[in-house]
Amino acid sequence: MSVGITISHAVKKYGEFVAIPDLSLSIKPGEFFTLLGPSGCGKTTLLRMIAGFNSIEGGDFFFGDKRINELDPAKRNIGMVFQNYAIFPHLNVRKNVEFGLQNRKMPKEAIREQADKFMKLMKIDVYADRMPEKLSGGQQQRIALARALAIEPDVLLMDEPLSNLDAKLRVEMRDVIKEIQNRLGITTVYVTHDQEEAMAVSDRIAVMSQGAIQQIGTPKQLYQRPGNQFVSTFIGRTNILKAHISLAGDIPSLVFPGGFTEKMTNLKDVQEGQEVVVSIRPEEFVIEEKNAPQDRPSLHAKIVYSTFLGLNTHYIVELEDGNRVQIIQESMIQEILNPGTEISLALKTEKINVFTSDGLRSLIA
Amino acid sequence: MKRRHTQWDFWVLASLVILVLYLLFMVYPLYKVMSRSVVDAKTGTFTLKYFVQFFSQAYYSSTLANSFKVAISTAIVSLLIGIPLAYFYNMYEMHGKKTLQMLIILSCMSAPFIGAYAWILLLGRAGVLTKFFADHFGIHIPSIYGFSGILLVLSTKLFPLVFLYVSGALKNLDNSLLEASANMGCSGMKRFFRVVLPLCMPSILAAALMVFMRALADFGTPLMIGEGYMTFPVIIYNEYVGEVGTNQNFAAAISVIAILITLFFFLVQRYLANRNTFTINAMHSIQVRKPTPVFSFFIHLYAYGIVAISLLPQVYLVYLSFRRTSSAGIVFVPGFSLKSYQQVFSNMSNVIWNTIRICGSALVLIILIAILISYLVVRRRNAINSIIDSLSMIPYIIPGSVVGISLILAFNNKVMPLVGTAAIMVISMCIRRIPYTIRSSVAILGQIPLSIDEAAESLGAGKVKTLVKVTIPMMVNGIFSGAIMSWVTLITELSSSILLYSFKTQTLNVAIYSMVSKGADGRACALSTILMIFTVVSLMVFNKVSKDGEISM
Repeated sequence: MSVGITISHAVKKYGEFVAIPDLSLSIKPGEFFTLLGPSGCGKTTLLRMIAGFNSIEGGDFFFGDKRINELDPAKRNIGMVFQNYAIFPHLNVRKNVEFGLQNRKMPKEAIREQADKFMKLMKIDVYADRMPEKLSGGQQQRIALARALAIEPDVLLMDEPLSNLDAKLRVEMRDVIKEIQNRLGITTVYVTHDQEEAMAVSDRIAVMSQGAIQQIGTPKQLYQRPGNQFVSTFIGRTNILKAHISLAGDIPSLVFPGGFTEKMTNLKDVQEGQEVVVSIRPEEFVIEEKNAPQDRPSLHAKIVYSTFLGLNTHYIVELEDGNRVQIIQESMIQEILNPGTEISLALKTEKINVFTSDGLRSLIA
Repeated sequence: MKRRHTQWDFWVLASLVILVLYLLFMVYPLYKVMSRSVVDAKTGTFTLKYFVQFFSQAYYSSTLANSFKVAISTAIVSLLIGIPLAYFYNMYEMHGKKTLQMLIILSCMSAPFIGAYAWILLLGRAGVLTKFFADHFGIHIPSIYGFSGILLVLSTKLFPLVFLYVSGALKNLDNSLLEASANMGCSGMKRFFRVVLPLCMPSILAAALMVFMRALADFGTPLMIGEGYMTFPVIIYNEYVGEVGTNQNFAAAISVIAILITLFFFLVQRYLANRNTFTINAMHSIQVRKPTPVFSFFIHLYAYGIVAISLLPQVYLVYLSFRRTSSAGIVFVPGFSLKSYQQVFSNMSNVIWNTIRICGSALVLIILIAILISYLVVRRRNAINSIIDSLSMIPYIIPGSVVGISLILAFNNKVMPLVGTAAIMVISMCIRRIPYTIRSSVAILGQIPLSIDEAAESLGAGKVKTLVKVTIPMMVNGIFSGAIMSWVTLITELSSSILLYSFKTQTLNVAIYSMVSKGADGRACALSTILMIFTVVSLMVFNKVSKDGEISM
C-alpha cells in the first residue's frame, strides 16, 4: 500500500522569484520523512508541490513509478493534515471523517465502518455527532488526522500540524502521530520548523534552507555529524569557535586562539595553517578545576553565570579571548560554581565537529 | 496561489460567461450612452453641442450646483446625526437595543420619495401639523418645499447608513485602545475626538460617500418636494420622459456628466480612505458602560427622538391607509375603512405579484452571480477575473437613472427587443445590486481559509463538488442575510425601474410613485403600507438568520 516518493530536480518559481532552484530527494516506502527548516526555507512549498496545490515549474515527482506532476490533487490519493486543521465547520465529526470516503462511491455501510474504525483509532468516536467548533484544538487535530487517514492514502502529508497546540498537547500529539504512523506503515512527509519535534517523530530528516536541502539523515546523524555549520546550529545548540590546523605533530591538531591545542584523529583533507570553524555542543565541554593536576592541555575560562535546571546545570563562561560559550553539565550534589570562578575546560574530541572556514563543508572523516 | 495553466474547467467557463454578460448588459449600454452623447440627434454627426448646451444654459447647469448643495449638506447632516447615535449605541447600555436598531434600519428602508410625500402631507402648505401648529399655537412652520425639504427628507432617510458603518467600525475597536488612552489621561469627549473618531475615519469616509452618492442620484425627492428646486437626476428624467418632447441624446450627455462627477467623488473618497487605512481587529470588543441617569435620559431621548422623527412619515401613511376615502379613492374623508386595501387588492394585485416576480428573479440571479464572481475573484485570480472584478464595481458610480437610460438605448432594437419586458428590469436590478453583494460575499469568502478547499480536494472532491458541498454551505449564513438586505433594496428601487417599467411590469414602488405624483391617494398609502410590511418581515427574518445582527448595505 505505501509507496515511495521520488523528486528529481524540482523547480518552483513565483513569477521571477525562484523559491526552489533545484531539489532532489527520495523517500522510502513507509518512511516518516520530515522537511525541517526555518520559515521561508521552502519546506511548505515543497510539500504543497507534492500535494498538488502548487504548480511545478520543473523536474519530476513520482509516487512509486507513477509520475504525478500533472495529476489533479483530488486523484493523488493523499491524506493531508493542515496547520489550521481545515476541519469543515458545517459538518459534524463523523461527516468530516466520512467526507473523503463519500467521494469514492463506496457503499454506505462500508463508509460508516471505515469512519468508525478511524475515529476509534484516533479516540474521537465518542464525539462522532458533535460539531467540531465545540471541540478542543487537540481533538480537532485528531479529527483532521482521522479524516486524512480514513481514505487509506498512499501518502500522508502534514503541514506543521502541531504548531497551533500548546506545549504539553504538542508533545502528546506527536507521540500519537508517531505511533499511528508506525502502526499503519504509511509513507509520511511532515513539515515543521521545530527541530525537537522533527527529531522526536522522524525516521529521516531533510534540513532545508533557502530552497535547498542542506543535509538528509537520521536524527542521530544530523545531531552528531552535521554536514555543515548551518545544520550544526539549526539542530540543537552549539558553540562556534574559530581555530586553525597544525600539522606539526604526528596527527593533525586544532589550535585555538590563545594557544590551546587539541589533537584530532578524525580529520580529513586538512592543510597546515588552514582556518576552520569548530562546533562544540555545550555538553562536549568538560569542566576541570583550575590548577588541578593536568595530564592534558586545557582551555582557561571564567564562570559568568549559571542556571540550575534540575537534571542539568547550564554555565555561561568567558574564554581568555573574551568569547562566551555555553556549557551544560549534569547537576552535581556539590555547590554550583560561583560567577568569577576560574576553570579549565577539556573537550570530548571524538564528538566535536570541524568545518571549513566558510562553514559549508565538514572536515570530519 | 495560481493553479496549473489555464484548463477548460468549470471556473474558466464561468469566467467567460460572466464576462460576456457584463460586456453585453453593461459595457455595451454604457458605450451606447457615451456615443449618443456626442452625436447630433438629427444629423447623426459628431457634436459636443449637448455638453455646451448643458453648461451654457443656467437652467441646466444650475441643477449641478443644486445637486452638490443637496448631496454635500445631506452627507454632513447625516454624519452629524449618525456618528453620535452610533457612539451612544455602542458605548452605553440602552433599553431596547434590538428594537432600536431595527427601527433605525427601517427608517432607511423605503424610497425617499415616499418620505417626501408623507412630509408634504404633514408639514406642507395644507399639512396636518402645519395646520395644527397654526390653529392652536399660532406658530407658522417654515416652508418645507425646496432645498430644506429635500435636506430633511434625505437626511432622515440616509443617516442610518452612517449609523451602520460607524457601528461596524466601533465593533472592531479594541477595548484596550480605549483603556490605554484613559490610562494616559485622555477620556470622555477628548478621547472621542482624539482616538475614537480617527480610528473610525475609514468607515466615516465610506459612509459619507455612500450618503453623498445616494443623495446625488435620488430624483424622487426633489421632484416631489423640490418645487422648482431642480437637481441633476430630475433633468435626466425630464429630458428622457419629459412631456415637452424628449431628447435622448441630451439625456445621454447629462448621464455622461453624471458618471464623471460620481467617478470624481469616488476617486476622492478612495484617496482619502487609502491615506487613513489601518486594520484594527478587536480582541476584546468595547465594554458597554452604564451611563449616569441624566446622561442616560439624554441618549435615550436623542436616539428614540431621531427614530421617531424619521419614522413619522411612514407611520402617518399607515394611518392614512386605514382612513375612509371618497368614492374615487382620491380624497380622504373622516372615519376609517379598509376601502383603500380593497381597491388595491381588487385592481392592483398584479403590482404586488410583479414586485415579487421581478425582484425575486433578480435576487436569485444576483446571489448566483455574486457567489461565482466572488469565488473567481478570491480564489482564481487571473487576468479575466481581474477584469470582471473591476467591471463589477463600475455600477457603484453609475446613478440608477443612467443605468436605466443606458439599457433603453441599447435594447430598443429588433435584435434584442428588451425594452418594456420584465427581463430588462431584472437586468438593471442585477447590475445595480451585484457590486454590494459581491463585496459582502468576498468578505465572507476571505474568512474561509484556503486550506478548507484544499482539504476537500485532497479528499477527492472535484471543483464543483467542493464548491457545492463545502464552500457554499460555509458561506450560506452570510449570503442569506445579505440576500435579505438585497431584497429590501430591490423592492424599494425606483430610479431605474421608473424609466424601464411598462404597464405589465409595474412594481409596487413605481405604482406608488405614479399615484402620489398626482396627489394624495388612499391607495398609494395602502401600497406603501404593504411595502413597509414586506420590509419589516424581511428585517425580522434577517434578525433571526443573521448570527450577529451585523448589517451591510
